[in-house]
Amino acid sequence: MAFDDAYDALTDHEDDARWAYGTGFSDPLAGVAADLPDGVDRADLAAYCLMLGDDALILSHRLQQWVTRAPELEDELALANIGLDLLGQARLLLTRAGVAEDRARDEDELAMRRAPAEFRNVRLAERSDDDFAHLVARLCAFSVWRLELLQRLSGSRDPMLAAIAAKGVKEVTYHRDYAAQWVVRLGDGTELSHQRMVAAVDALTPLLGELFEPHPVESRLAAAGVAVDPGGLRAAFDEVWAYVLTTATLGAAATPVPAPSHEPAAAVSSAPASSAPASSGPGSSAPGSSALVFSSPGSSVFAGGRDGVHGPELGEILDEMQGLARSVSGGAW
Amino acid sequence: MATAADVVAEVVDPELPMLTLAELGIVRDVREDDDGVLVTITPTYSGCPAMETIRADIRVALRRAGFGRAEVRTVLAPAWTTDWISETGRRKLAAAGIAPPGAAPGRVVGPIPLTLGVRAEVACPRCGQPSTEVLAAFGATACRELRRCPACREPFEHVREI
Repeated sequence: MAFDDAYDALTDHEDDARWAYGTGFSDPLAGVAADLPDGVDRADLAAYCLMLGDDALILSHRLQQWVTRAPELEDELALANIGLDLLGQARLLLTRAGVAEDRARDEDELAMRRAPAEFRNVRLAERSDDDFAHLVARLCAFSVWRLELLQRLSGSRDPMLAAIAAKGVKEVTYHRDYAAQWVVRLGDGTELSHQRMVAAVDALTPLLGELFEPHPVESRLAAAGVAVDPGGLRAAFDEVWAYVLTTATLGAAATPVPAPSHEPAAAVSSAPASSAPASSGPGSSAPGSSALVFSSPGSSVFAGGRDGVHGPELGEILDEMQGLARSVSGGAW
Repeated sequence: MATAADVVAEVVDPELPMLTLAELGIVRDVREDDDGVLVTITPTYSGCPAMETIRADIRVALRRAGFGRAEVRTVLAPAWTTDWISETGRRKLAAAGIAPPGAAPGRVVGPIPLTLGVRAEVACPRCGQPSTEVLAAFGATACRELRRCPACREPFEHVREI
């Protein structure tokens, strides 16, 4: 492609795929073996790919909604990039789901033509955010959880899931760093930012229980060496989550959490961004904080996202996300 | 006459047009047989929007070079790493004012360290100042972050290690 001649590049229509930004993508798994591992139920594998794919797709859409609304341009770039990574993971997983279910549905069909009750994302992914503190708390918890999940899934007996997961691990590691740095910056920031971060974590906590409740599909596939049992992620999640909250002065002061595999908390003072508030954090004196319960089952709301039970917020997302595709049947760019 | 592998290797990346696909390290395999050319590439990031363009550019380049049917396949495993950017590619990045990546973190067994603070130093590609600061962890594309040099005060991009 000639980069020294922009006009020539623009008018080079030898291949339509060049401008395929929208519906009508070619298969991102093009040429990748589409066979399934032995002894795996097609419907189960399809459902599982939808679960992980919908988590990424729906959160990606929420992140995109923050573009033009984030505190700084740099954060809009970050949120858009994170959303793009998740969208890429979703495309692969939805395509894989389409292959597994064998009903001739591609990624577009699955993303744009399903009703809310057919989406299998966790409720955490769909929630709207009252403010930026709510967003970064949610993104942080999601990323901590998904990183643990993908790291284990990279050993899946399904080579496609293993490959998607291994690639995702690299991406989500950066997502988790970004979100955790913001949680610390706001939690250990000004009195106001601390209060808002406390409120954000409080609002988030009831949604965490669902992340660790195994769905029968997950249990069956985990037993077959294909999926990850989310119940087994809790200890690892709690360790990282508690470390982030404690560093952000959001954790219960009475339960300091050792973090042998992570950086010492002292390293935080030199980061994450140049414009971090100069004032010291309010520590544990802020009202309304303290007794945080890390994802205890007792604090979980009734969820059921994995079975298609969602709040009205998912409907709002799908109205926006699917509107164009539904109004222009078979439309392509 | 150039082989198909030569032709594919010289296609440039649409996001980092100072690099060829070979220098970027995303070409896995190029095979010629009686049916045509089969090219295997790997994406840098799962959501990289340049993949469609790259596939199209490869097909166009092969057609222009006189090769018949060309198919471009994508493989995900093993996942691309910035360690696959060649030495020539790194020099070209630096010459274009983009700091090349350092060594990528290896595959971790056990917990992946969370980075809340200090990260590896990145030198300024313009003046060589060894210590620079992050302006934005995510830049114009998924693979780059934005940094600033405290000595020459110039902002610059850095290809993040993955």
